[in-house]
Order: sequence, then C-alpha cells, then structure tokens
Amino acid sequence: MFGDIPFIAAGILIVIGIVTIVTRHNLIKMVMGLAVVEAGVNLMLVATGYRDGGVAPIFTNAPSTDMVLPTVQAMTLTNIVIGIATTALLLSFVMIIYRKYGSADVRDMRRLKG
Amino acid sequence: MIWEFWSANAPALLLAIPMLGAFATPLIGRMGKTPRNLWILLITALTFVTSAVLAVEVYTTGPVIYTFGAAASSAALVSDSGGIPVRIIFNVDAMSAFMALFASFVGMVAAVFSFPSGKMESGRDGYFALLLLLLVGILGMVCTGDLFNFFVFLEINSLAGAALVAYRIDKGVAVEAALKYAFLSTLAGLLVLYAVALLYGQYDSLNIAVIAERMQFGFLDKVALALLLTGLAMKAGAVPMHFWTPDTYSMAPSAITAFLVVASQASLYGVFRVAFTLYGLTLNYVTIGWFIIILGVLSMFVGVSMAIPQKDVKRLMAYHAVSQTGYMLLGVGVGLAVLGDPVMLESFGLTAMEGGIFHIVNHAMYKGLLFLTAGAIFYQTGTRNLNKLGGLGHSMKWTMLFFVIGALAIAGIPPFNGFASKLMIYESVFAFNPLLSIIAMVVSILTLASFVKVFHAIFMGPRQERYAEVKEVPVPMLAAMGILALLTVLMGIFPQQIVDLVISPAAGALVDQGSYIASVMGGL
Amino acid sequence: MALIETLDTGFGAWNPLLWLVALVVALLIAWLIRSRGESARPSGAESAKPYLSGNDAPSAEETHVGASNLYWGFTDALKGYYDRVVPIHSGILTDYVLWFIGVLALVIIMAGVL
Repeated sequence: MFGDIPFIAAGILIVIGIVTIVTRHNLIKMVMGLAVVEAGVNLMLVATGYRDGGVAPIFTNAPSTDMVLPTVQAMTLTNIVIGIATTALLLSFVMIIYRKYGSADVRDMRRLKG
Repeated sequence: MIWEFWSANAPALLLAIPMLGAFATPLIGRMGKTPRNLWILLITALTFVTSAVLAVEVYTTGPVIYTFGAAASSAALVSDSGGIPVRIIFNVDAMSAFMALFASFVGMVAAVFSFPSGKMESGRDGYFALLLLLLVGILGMVCTGDLFNFFVFLEINSLAGAALVAYRIDKGVAVEAALKYAFLSTLAGLLVLYAVALLYGQYDSLNIAVIAERMQFGFLDKVALALLLTGLAMKAGAVPMHFWTPDTYSMAPSAITAFLVVASQASLYGVFRVAFTLYGLTLNYVTIGWFIIILGVLSMFVGVSMAIPQKDVKRLMAYHAVSQTGYMLLGVGVGLAVLGDPVMLESFGLTAMEGGIFHIVNHAMYKGLLFLTAGAIFYQTGTRNLNKLGGLGHSMKWTMLFFVIGALAIAGIPPFNGFASKLMIYESVFAFNPLLSIIAMVVSILTLASFVKVFHAIFMGPRQERYAEVKEVPVPMLAAMGILALLTVLMGIFPQQIVDLVISPAAGALVDQGSYIASVMGGL
Repeated sequence: MALIETLDTGFGAWNPLLWLVALVVALLIAWLIRSRGESARPSGAESAKPYLSGNDAPSAEETHVGASNLYWGFTDALKGYYDRVVPIHSGILTDYVLWFIGVLALVIIMAGVL
C-alpha cells in the first residue's frame, strides 16, 4: 500500500494540473498548471524505477547491488530539459500576447475563431 | 567507401544531417543570404537523398534495423542482454520509409519556397534552423522503434512547429495561434509520456517490438492506449480536437503550413503505429477501429462544412486539411476494424488501408501545393481575405494553373492523384458500410464547391486596379509549386505503379505485426 | 498502353488514360471555340468601353462577386447546423483543452477500462 503512494501522488498532481488549466483564466497560471502536470509525469517516471533501500546505479565501489533503475532517471532528466524549453517558449508567447493584446486572460485571446 | 558508409548508416544520417544543418545555419547565415540558401538547399537535398537511399534498401531487402551505439548496427540484440534490446533502435519498415521519403521531400520544397523572403528579412536564419529541426522531429518520429525516443521527437516537432508558427508575430495573432498549438501539443505530449511510463513499468522495455510481443492488454495497457491514441489524434487534427488546426495553419507562414501538414501526418502515423504495431490484435480492434472511423467521418464532415463559410483563404484550406485527414482515418480505421477477420481484411480491408495511406502522400502533395499558392498570393497582394481579392488570373497565370491542379486534386477530380486514393477508399469502404462511403463522396462534392468559390474569388473577374502592380512570384516559389503540381499530376496518371511499389508494402507492414517484432527480436 | 496501368480498387478498376484523352479532347474543343472568336477587339475610345444599360460600368472592384456572396443560400439553408457548430469554435484555449480531455475520457470508456 505505502509503495503505491508515489504513483497516487503522481496521479493527484496530474489531476491538479489539469484542473488548474481548465479553471484558471490567467495564461501564466495555465502554464503553471502545465508545469504541475509535467511534475506529476516526472514523479511517475522516477517512482517506477525506485526500489526500497536501493543505491545509486554506479557499479564502482557500490555498497550493494540493490540499485534503483537508471533508465527512468535518464528519461526524467530528458523530460525536465524538454519541460524547461516548452515552459520558456510558452511564457515568452504569453509575454508577447500581453504586450500586443494588453491582457493575459485566456478569454481575451480569441481573435482567431469560427 | 563513402557510399557504403552512407547507405549502411542511412537511418542515423537521416537525422544527423538536418540536425547538423540546423545548428550550423546561424553561422552560415552570417556569410550572407545566398550562401545560407545554398546551404539549406544542400542539407534538405542530402536529407532527401538519404531517405531515398533508405527507402530503396527497405523496399528491396526488407526492414532496416539500426541500433545506436552498437558494434554492428544491424544487430538489435547482444548475446549477453538476455534477449532484450538494450539500446535505442531505429526500426525502419516500409511504412516508416514511405513517410520519411515524402516528409523530407516536402521539407525540401518548403525550404525552397521560403527563399524569397520579401520584406521580412529579419530572423531568417532562425527560421531555417527551426525548419530543419521540424524536419528532424518528423523524421525521428516516423523512423524510431523506441517509445521514449518517439516522445522526444514529438516534442521537437511541437516546439519547432510552434516557434515557426509565431515567426510572423502579426500584431500578436500569430503568437496566439502558436500559443494554442504549443499548449495543446505539450499537454498531449505529457500524456503520451505518462502512457510510455505505464508501459515501461509493466514490460521493462521501451522498444515497441518488445512491448508488442509481451502485450497483455490489461487495465493499465488500456489506459495507456487511450492516452496515446487521443494525444496523437489531437496532434493529427481529428475532430473534435481539431480546434487548433485552423488557427495554427492560417497564421503560420505558408511554406511552414505546407510542412505542418506533414508534421500532423507524422502524428497520424503515430496513431496507426500504436494501434496496429504496438497493440495489434490484442486490443478490441472493432471498437477502436470504429472509434477511428467515427473520428474520420466527423473530421470529414465538420471540416468541410466549416470550410464553406470561411473568408480567410488559408483558414478555409486549413479546414479542408482537417477534412482530408478524415479520409485517411476512415480508410485505415476500416482496415483496423476488420483486422481480426482475414477474409474481410483480404477482400476490402487492405485496399481501404492502401487508400488511406495513399491519401496521406497525395494530401501532402496537393495540400502543400494549395498552401503554397495561398502563400504566393499573400506574398504579392498582402491579404488573405477572399472578399478583397479578385482578378488575379490576369497577372499570376502560373499560380492560377497550380491552384487549379491542387483544387481539382483535393476535390477528387480525375485524373489527379486525389481521385485515385479516394476511389480506393470509396469502393472498399462501400463494402464495409455503404453509408460511410456515401458521406465520403458528399464531402468530396462540398470540397469541390468550396474550391470553386475560392478560385472564383481570387482569380476570376476583370483586372482590378488595386492589384495593378501585382506580378508573378519569384522563380524559387514557382519552382516549389511547380514540382508539387507535377507530382500531383504524375501520381494521378500512374496510380497503380505507386500503389504496387510503395503503398501496399506500407499497408502490409502495418498489418503484419509479427514481422515487425521478428525484425528486432529474431536477430540474435 | 502498358505504362498507364489500370488502378485496381478491389471491386472496380479505373484507367487514367481514358480521362487523359477526354481532357485533351475537352481542351481541344475549348481551343476551337476560342479560336473562332474575334481576334482583335476594336481599339478606340468609345467602342471598347464596357457599358451597363447605357451607363458607365462600375469599377472592377465593385462588380466582382466576392467570396461571401457565394453559397449564401447553402449556409442559410443549414442555419440550424451552423448556429450550433460555429460557436463551438470559440477560440478559447480552455475549451480546446476541455474537448481534448472529454475525448480522452470517452476513449478510456470505449477502450474498456471502465
């Protein structure tokens, strides 16, 4: 049961993020919601590679061979990097929108419709 | 020597060449405009030739396995790995090679079309660098045999695409379109990654072939399937998740729009790869097949009916892109719905899939052509508003000719390529369910009607004074449109050769899950 | 003609050659009709000028039938459909996300999870 807590937490984080995205109207808060979803996915990834009492997966002078899985950690690192790039891009878009439209409200960002 | 190295490492070079090209572009751009354009042309042409080399190899000798970092790149398994591929593997089968071939071709055409920049010279180096990165994203998505790798290329695809959409800020409206695109793509990408984590947690592997072999289709697999299918179908622009498509396609520079069509099709490829290869017969293929068919029918009808009242020429074409995606979903969806029935699959399922897959490449050609003609008109007149255009047929004769070819092809008028693939879809889908086929034909008629309107509004009528200065577009733009128009015609005149040569191996590769698995797991 | 093959569509067949011939014939007829026309228009001040019921014709911009004038009847006949579908394309990002999540929920149900 306790072993499942990280997975439950990851699911809760994703749901919190999605709820933030659909209920908030400020574009910056929506991007923050997206970042929370990303954190949830990262937690999910890392949690799948965890084992109780595991050590870092470096074989040289390892105290034991109970190691956590390095693949998911590499994946998480990759996703963190991608996440920084997307968040930066999205926030810069929001900045330009705010400058040109005079508002960062998602309901005002609808010059393209129909 | 070089030739051998090239053909042996074609899958890696397919990504390495445009990636190197992308990061070197800002440096070469400092030398001036002409060297940069030549450099871009060289890189895209080399990429295209590499994909052609790869395609020839795949179509003559079967799937190509490329293991990154291995001593022998063709060996997927090492003897002490316990029968599991431990490295990132590119698994290029007929379907992948086909996608890569025309994606790199459209990339080259889009680059050539972008050479005359008109008034917008600033930031061109970044534009071309991003264009090449978008190409990397697409090629990576269609070639990889590794799920996490697929996610990474999906993100490269989304990021480069969104940045290019925002290239012409256009009082912030283009940025609005890019923000919508980037936001939805990122959300979909994260859900895809969540699905990848679910699959990895169960099957201890990221390789598509390994997961496919071990697939149990339990509870978590179903969740993963839903996440993968929905996320990728959204990126492909299927109704009712298509809302970003008209916004994005209409605001991006036209060459980019033509290329974004291919970027969406890479996601469509992802949908098919997940459904056929990753899950295959283990999923309840009738339900999922019908889900894809319903998405396809909705896309066809809503897309075309929304296109008819549009006033912005590119927005109108974007809705048609949604509508045409519906045909591909319909054709391949029918194939998926009868996957478990060999008799039905043989009698019409495979033909429907061939029609759908043939439509992918046809769509890339004629829709790319149409977006390029819209770009040519915008380049010369500065407006996309159909109510303000008119009488351009006198001054832009070549553009008019290319537009007519593209419009007839998208409406499915013989002897252009759109007709050939649509005919295959109509007849095979008729055997599956006549109603679907009738809807498809009605949508084709509405498509023709709406392009008659566009043709009349832009080109017909006497010469207008406000466009007295308008001339034909520069030669690179005409060349880019001309080659797409030529292919549109040629593929319509020789449809059977193309189907035999390229399309039916691709359809066969999708259906034949066993040989995909064997190509990785069999080679110890 | 072996080069131009018949496309096998599973149930029927189609040969592009016939259509090519038909296209060439149609173009030939069009060219014939066109070649029978008066080659030179009388160039002069008065006789070359277009008139509309004896009045000066309005400028080309004004006489051009614009895009929004076409298919007015079609959209009007389907008013009930368009009044429902067009507002769905609201242009608000929140709605786009909600549709995405909604379809996701539907697929989860359809895939047989619930």
